[in-house]
Amino acid sequence: MAQGGSIVPFAGWRRTRLLGESPLRQALRSVGDRVVRLAEDVVGQDLDARIAGIKTHLNEVGHDPFGFDPETSRYALAMAALLHRRYFRTQVFGINRVPQGRVLIVANHSGQLPLDAVMIGSAMMLDADPPRFPRSMVETWTAELPFISTLYPRLGQVVGSPENARRLLQQEESLIVFPEGARGISKTFDQRYQLTDFGLGFVRLALETGTPIVPVAVIGGEEQYPSIADFKPLARLLNMPAFPVMPQLFFGMIAPLPTKYRLYFGEPFRFSGDPDDDDSAIEEKVWLVKSTIQSMVNRGLRERKGVFI
Amino acid sequence: MPNPQITSRRKPSARRGREPVRERPSARAPVARGVFGHVTESPKPLEPVQQPQPITQEFPKPATEGAVLVTGVCGRLGKLLARELHRTDQVVGVDRRPFDDRPKDIVHHQVDMRRKKMKDIFRGRNIRAVVHLGVLHDPRRSDRERHSWNIVAFQKLLDYMSQYQVPKLVVLSGANVYGPQPNNPQFLTEDAPLLGAQHFGGMRDLVELDMLAQSFFWKHPDTETVVLRPCHIVGRVHNAASNYLRLERPVMVMGFDPMMQVVHEKDVVRAIQLALRPGVRGIYNIRGPGEMPLSHLIRQVGGRPRQVPTPLAKVALDQLWKLRLSTFPSQELDHLRYVCMVDDSRARTELGYEPAHSIDRVLEDVRRLRHQLS
Repeated sequence: MAQGGSIVPFAGWRRTRLLGESPLRQALRSVGDRVVRLAEDVVGQDLDARIAGIKTHLNEVGHDPFGFDPETSRYALAMAALLHRRYFRTQVFGINRVPQGRVLIVANHSGQLPLDAVMIGSAMMLDADPPRFPRSMVETWTAELPFISTLYPRLGQVVGSPENARRLLQQEESLIVFPEGARGISKTFDQRYQLTDFGLGFVRLALETGTPIVPVAVIGGEEQYPSIADFKPLARLLNMPAFPVMPQLFFGMIAPLPTKYRLYFGEPFRFSGDPDDDDSAIEEKVWLVKSTIQSMVNRGLRERKGVFI
Repeated sequence: MPNPQITSRRKPSARRGREPVRERPSARAPVARGVFGHVTESPKPLEPVQQPQPITQEFPKPATEGAVLVTGVCGRLGKLLARELHRTDQVVGVDRRPFDDRPKDIVHHQVDMRRKKMKDIFRGRNIRAVVHLGVLHDPRRSDRERHSWNIVAFQKLLDYMSQYQVPKLVVLSGANVYGPQPNNPQFLTEDAPLLGAQHFGGMRDLVELDMLAQSFFWKHPDTETVVLRPCHIVGRVHNAASNYLRLERPVMVMGFDPMMQVVHEKDVVRAIQLALRPGVRGIYNIRGPGEMPLSHLIRQVGGRPRQVPTPLAKVALDQLWKLRLSTFPSQELDHLRYVCMVDDSRARTELGYEPAHSIDRVLEDVRRLRHQLS
């Protein structure tokens, strides 16, 4: 496939044309820079300084071993900041409770699209001081999707596996975990703010690595894409965890509804015990975390005046 | 597989270069008897030792004396290793190819590893270690040929080793035996399953070779078996990874940009030298000077990636393969899509291995050969 040049017609022409950065890339970069400047004006914070302030563990050649790329992340942070401050007008309570060093952030999952993870992440980046860069664990099958599989690692997302989680926590990073998983995010509207079953893995992980668990209640996510039903046969056909039927799409509203997000960070749990304990012993600790999140959710719902204000 | 400490002590009388001593019934014993046609009673009375070696507590086998047998010595890596080793050790090379420009003190046998002549090499001299580099990676060769080279020949080699009680075996496997998978953890440890052949049948014999070495590790505790699994070896070698990086416009799968590890060939040679020290046994992943996205790697070498969608790349590569215009089978595209990186912490702590060549130096060597070729 290596082309010598002399035999191939127009080879030299192609070389001169492609030597620099491609025009598409240049255009994308200029648009991205504009978005970052706009976001900085709106938010009133220096986003680049925020990204520069996070602690990453670079390897010998100056790359993050998990593929985090600050260049791509600044565009994503700009978009997230606009969503966080303007679109969802997120209110954050108790972010100072997140301890330094390794931490597991455990939250309720909702809203068909994982915008709750985006909101928690942007809260950690914009509202915490010093800024924290949380990683989240994504589904394995996203690694098989083109473009997504490139984008996610560049934004610091990691394919969900216990080995990866352990390694990140040992590097003193923070991890966002949704123990409800796909069950939680694809709830229909009648089950809103009712926590489904939690997995046990996160407590075992915390016990193994001595990591504090910070419970987080996310209010406002359930109303962004109200789903009236789960079309299971189609979901099975498409190999998706669920196929939600969302009425707003029939009216041409692709964007989520501009609900008001509220994030409540609770006091961290510090468990001790054997990570390989019986399920019943682990379940007790999981139940403690789950009931704390549920009561925080209930309190948040009581306190809010309306969905959009 | 855990890395057990040395528990067994080899009898000092069991020297190489004389009649094979079979002290212990092994799972391989009946096979060996059938193949080589001689039966030795066990237990056999031990012969007196001519030169008793001082035995220390830490290293039960002070195997400093005797030659190092290097199979596949005429490959680029084999030559490098031979040139490094012959300064301190006696080196015996075995390869089908001639080794013309070898240093004078290297003994080279131009034989096929499957031939009986191999046994004479073991019988003729005192061999203290075997480094197995003679692995056929060429995907163009037929399955049968690859099997007979990589498995049958290796099995025979292992038989001779157990017969003549060679105290050290170093096998160069590769991180490819883990296989690139979408659900791989970012860093694979030595305990990870070997799934390399799951989607690419061509890898089957390389996985099997690794397994054979592992079973030899357990069956023959007298022999210190070391399996090295380096990530992509690049430099002046002619393997798939180096050839790919040397391309002017290498194909990348559109929408995929996995993290990649490369290691310099000389670092691998040093790892083999470290593995040859007495007392070292087990499986070690070998990693280079750090990982970076594939696109960065290609740009640093000076190539310009050509983005091709997966289905198109598959069809095109299949056609090119059929027409013998490409040396990359389409199943290897998985390497350009999914991560297959290794964790070398065990090699660092137990082997004392540390990559000495920086990424710039590694890529410089790749680039230099490209310019020489063009």
